Amino acid sequence: MKHVLAVLVENKSGVLTRVAGLFSRRGFNIDNITVGETVTPGISRMTITVEGDEMVVEQVMKQLNKLINVLKVSNLSLEPAVMRELMLIKVRAESQTRGDIQQIVETFRGKVVDVSLDSMIVEVTGNEDKLEAIKLLLQSYGIREIVRTGKIALLRGSKITREA
Amino acid sequence: MKLKGAAMITAVLEKEQVDLVFGYPGGAVLSLYDQLYRCKLKHILVRHEQGAVHAADGYARVSGKTGVVFATSGPGATNLVTGIATAYMDSVPLVLITGQVATRLIGTDSFQEADITGITLPITKHNYLIKDVQELPDALSEAFFIASTGRPGPVLVDIPKDIFELEDQFDYTHRREIPGYKPTIEGHSGQIQRAVKAINAAKRPVIFAGGGVIIAGASAELTELAERGRIPVVLSLMALGAFPGNSPLFLGMPGMHGTVSANYSISEADLIIAAGVRFDDRVTGQLESFARKAQIIHIDIDPAEIGKNVAIDIPIVGDVKKVLQGILKRLQPGVTEDWLKKVEEWRQGNPLCSEKQTSEGGMKPQFVIREIDRLTPDNAIICTDVGQHQMWTAQHYCFRLPRTFLSSGGLGTMGYGFPASLGATLASPQKTVFCIAGDGSFQMNIQELATAVAYNLNIKVAIINNGCLGMVRQWQELFYGGRYSHTSIQGGPDFVKVAEAYGALGLRVSAPSEVAGAIEQALAIEGPVVIDFLVDAGENVYPMVAPNRPISEIIMGSGKR
Repeated sequence: MKHVLAVLVENKSGVLTRVAGLFSRRGFNIDNITVGETVTPGISRMTITVEGDEMVVEQVMKQLNKLINVLKVSNLSLEPAVMRELMLIKVRAESQTRGDIQQIVETFRGKVVDVSLDSMIVEVTGNEDKLEAIKLLLQSYGIREIVRTGKIALLRGSKITREA
Repeated sequence: MKLKGAAMITAVLEKEQVDLVFGYPGGAVLSLYDQLYRCKLKHILVRHEQGAVHAADGYARVSGKTGVVFATSGPGATNLVTGIATAYMDSVPLVLITGQVATRLIGTDSFQEADITGITLPITKHNYLIKDVQELPDALSEAFFIASTGRPGPVLVDIPKDIFELEDQFDYTHRREIPGYKPTIEGHSGQIQRAVKAINAAKRPVIFAGGGVIIAGASAELTELAERGRIPVVLSLMALGAFPGNSPLFLGMPGMHGTVSANYSISEADLIIAAGVRFDDRVTGQLESFARKAQIIHIDIDPAEIGKNVAIDIPIVGDVKKVLQGILKRLQPGVTEDWLKKVEEWRQGNPLCSEKQTSEGGMKPQFVIREIDRLTPDNAIICTDVGQHQMWTAQHYCFRLPRTFLSSGGLGTMGYGFPASLGATLASPQKTVFCIAGDGSFQMNIQELATAVAYNLNIKVAIINNGCLGMVRQWQELFYGGRYSHTSIQGGPDFVKVAEAYGALGLRVSAPSEVAGAIEQALAIEGPVVIDFLVDAGENVYPMVAPNRPISEIIMGSGKR
């Protein structure tokens, strides 16, 4: 099963290496990882998607907690949460296919953010299923390049994840 | 008060009550050593940086205080790596201060530059690269706090050359509040109650204690738990001495080279009280068959150890001493006589071999170790290297007091024992210190003989010399069809001459009848002595459990060999 962890860290040099290094040396698999600032200055939030059973994820969380620069680790997969990822797709698009692609993009509430003679860049946001679905549809036109941000997530409702 | 970086360091060491550091100078720490030149801090100059870390480690294990090491940048720092990893695996508090190339040169592959914070990331509890002299006092203070509290471990502070010379305001505050670091000390009272209930109800309980008991200073509590509960005790390698080795309740060490009674007891127990252990693979053998019939209570200060290897029924995170005190408050006297009788039968039926000599007339290493045990006081400190001699020492030396057995348990570092014994004797100069080494291991840090002689340290080295890398040879014999690939180290050096060349006394013993005399002679001399015990080369360590086999499947060896 995939688990999405929110990890609040002190924004100190080397903290990303400490976290990423922990995963590799303990043999845990990171699906993806994103990092960004929080409302509190000096504190960043990492969102880490990790594959594993409950025992593995518990170990991951405990080992993360042992890092001095890690302030809080919570598993967002255990509660209702909004999860999103942003994807940019550069797809082959000539004049005769542009309209079709445009329609697909609109159906997925995406945006065309760049157009050239033979290609377009499409921007889509959503959960994993949605991104996979549009990717599949656009494949028949020829996808030239894809870039994804990795997952970010917030708990639903008024509850927040804050440093202990 | 304004101070230069170098002076801040010695000032912090004074505030943290450090009276001794181990180190080796070099280009990037010239300013630090210049500062040492004019302050009263005692510094032990070793002959290799690895010796410095192991010595500081030995000092820390004996004294319970934090060991401190100085080394220069690049090779000075990388030479620390094995020692740091050793301390990390065995949870030893160390603060390592390394010089780094000047701030402006970092990242340019300049002379003697190595990214030591990067290199030591997975083998330190935490580390710091100082980029501004203002950060230095707090970082050092945090380093001491982190190293010595919770589950102890090594912390490295890397300081660029220019920072030692920069001046800044110095107002020292002990940093005891670190946002991301809050070890759990008190055990959960509900969990303690569950544990008490389980112990009171158990018919076949076993205590399995580890190094955490020694770190927490919980030997008295452990002993009371065993005696009041009438519970047999097995100790991991790291815990030897935490419970009196001569107690009728003591079964020895479990695991790969554990006693039959310890392994059978764990396998047949209905309750394991695991305190300050981490269920290392050398102890558990095949995980699926480990303690199959038992409920397991696991007490440890590190939450990540609980459930890491073995599923736990009653986890208790906290300081072992405090948790055991909590358990003792409600513990009823145990009625386990039937169980103890069974355990005693296992013990009586499977004694460890103790003959003086083999049928060919060679000297048995086990006998040498038993003689060292007989002739040294109860509070003597025994350091070992890693290999057969280490296991024989664990099996045949009767440890009675905590902090008297120093060995690299987790990392299994050959070359640990001798430099660790330097630190041990400096921490407790009044005690007898014996280093039991292999002829392979001793050569890995033999250069520290110079240090021992220079400071006239009262260390006795017993080389269990079998002319081979015995433990590897044993595995080749048992699991690799007797193909002894590169495990013979016959032919030198002459350890007596080596000792003499360094200015120490060297003795050689080749007959069982000479063993006691040589040990007595060595003990009578104030200063380093090396005794080269020429022992039977074919001797193996038994009992043995093959790797990843159930610990109840014990190989006893052919006959008593």
